[in-house]
Amino acid sequence: MKLTNEDVQEILQLLDATPYDELHLETERFKLTLRRNRDSGDWTQESQVLSAPNVLRTSPAGTAALAAEAATAESSARPADAKKAGWIEVRAHLPGTFYRAPNPGAPPFVEIGSHVEEDTVVCTIETMKLMNAVHAQARGEVVELCLENGQLVEKGAVLMRIKPGAP
Amino acid sequence: MILRRILIANRGEIAVRVIRTCQRLGIETVLAASEADLDSMAARLADRTVCIGPANSSASYLNIEAVVAAAVASEADAIHPGYGFLSENPRLAAACERVPVIFIGPTVELLDAVGDKLKARAHAAAAGLAGVPGGEIQSLPEAQRIADEIGWPILIKAVGGGGGRGMKHVHEPGKLAAAMELATAEAQAGFGDPRLYLERFISHGRHIEVQVVGDGEDVIHLGTRDCSIQRRYQKLVEEAPAPNIRETLREEMQRAAVAFARHLNYRGVGTVEFLVDSDRDTFYFLEMNARIQVEHPVTEVICGVDLVEEQIAVAESRTLRWKQDEIRFTGHAIECRINAEDCAHDFRPSPGKVTRAVFAAGQGIRVDTHIQAGAMVPPQYDSLLGKLIVHGKGRPEALQLMRSALANVEIDGVITNLAMHTALMNNNEFSDGGVNTSFFPRFLQNGKKEAA
Repeated sequence: MKLTNEDVQEILQLLDATPYDELHLETERFKLTLRRNRDSGDWTQESQVLSAPNVLRTSPAGTAALAAEAATAESSARPADAKKAGWIEVRAHLPGTFYRAPNPGAPPFVEIGSHVEEDTVVCTIETMKLMNAVHAQARGEVVELCLENGQLVEKGAVLMRIKPGAP
Repeated sequence: MILRRILIANRGEIAVRVIRTCQRLGIETVLAASEADLDSMAARLADRTVCIGPANSSASYLNIEAVVAAAVASEADAIHPGYGFLSENPRLAAACERVPVIFIGPTVELLDAVGDKLKARAHAAAAGLAGVPGGEIQSLPEAQRIADEIGWPILIKAVGGGGGRGMKHVHEPGKLAAAMELATAEAQAGFGDPRLYLERFISHGRHIEVQVVGDGEDVIHLGTRDCSIQRRYQKLVEEAPAPNIRETLREEMQRAAVAFARHLNYRGVGTVEFLVDSDRDTFYFLEMNARIQVEHPVTEVICGVDLVEEQIAVAESRTLRWKQDEIRFTGHAIECRINAEDCAHDFRPSPGKVTRAVFAAGQGIRVDTHIQAGAMVPPQYDSLLGKLIVHGKGRPEALQLMRSALANVEIDGVITNLAMHTALMNNNEFSDGGVNTSFFPRFLQNGKKEAA
């Protein structure tokens, strides 16, 4: 049996006529909690589909995700040496896909050796379909690029390092 | 042909939504999911789930070969593409024809005719509809020339676009080059087509659309929806019917939408989008969306029609099951899109793991969501968590219902835009009804000032 929205509406109508303020229902397939707010009389619903997904694996994928995990691990393993050298880390302010150029085929925003100002766009991170510009937030020279174009990044991952100073 | 097994090539709330109608109709469901969604609510509800690739959508949800291969491997009769991703991609529809497997949506020719926004504008003109002044731009000097001709400010749009992505509002010639570059990038990334066109920007416009259903011969409409509450061309609140418009104007828009769809011999569900120029008391054709739309529930609740069921019926080559005069409009519906976004920080996306999800329930309340405790909101996809839809006898009742429904939603683990919706539902100007697209940015700006 699958629980439908119509079922929930019907259960609510039945409950409305009773003195009960709470109903818990749990089967192998779903969990449903209905609660009545004593003040407003409004109902709320907390439900969970518990049935396990019946997954058929047909394509050998997963390498990309693993590579991305490795990248995050690698880039976060090295900041200690970088800090010693006084380099400034440019970090991802949100998770997403790292892009070095504004569009495929275009020249990258920056290369190793590029001079950047605080407001220079150094890369973009595509998160939830939006392109988010990443600014250098430091004046200096790009000395290290930590990721490949198109890699997934976690929030806070180090994207590149900048050696502060005037050109 | 009766469809017995449907492959759903989508994710999130729309995948759940399509599965629910299939289950009600006794149709088996196979979900085509990326690795990031193998444990999603849709995967738990579907009879079977096929992994079509890694989380990155270009390798999974946008991968035509993978989607078609999944349909073949699971012996599905048809593919439901949902919205976004491949939903309006003529290459998927063409690939389906070759298998063959039924594509639940318009024909290749129709997708091509309306998906290319320039062709759609030409068809609209042929059907007697006025479009917003503008044209294709292939170079900066050309864009400059057309913009000067039609007058500033202007709006840059993706020829292959939709859903507001790749659109840029440009106030002055100096900003044109940068806007074109960004729009080209987003158009290429989002639609695989970098072409752009521009239109005059109408500042006091209302975004009103008409839902249509066609069977290839006959076309009916299911009334208007107002989608004027948008931030950066992303809709956040929709309602049906469009409030406070001259009834004769509404009828003209409905007639125009049907005329356009008939001119195309439209087949499937679709939406004809108009921009209503309140100052001039007239409307312009914007584009047609050849898919089920995010905001379709507001139409469903006031008409009592299940649009996914109608899509399936048309895909089964049946003639329209409703006559125009059998469509009755009852009451008023409002939808709030609940997104994982931090409104206090410029609507920054907030992916993560949902630890608790409580929704409003009861008479007049519908929740379309894929979110439950433990659900992941991956960073690779859009931020929609679900849609809260209310249906009242009239607009004031619907507003009141939405206010209390919003108060009863609790989502923990990710940041949501619930507070913004609550503030909007309590705003006098919005409550009066009929705001144009300039209202919402002003509302957000005022909210910021108050917070400061």
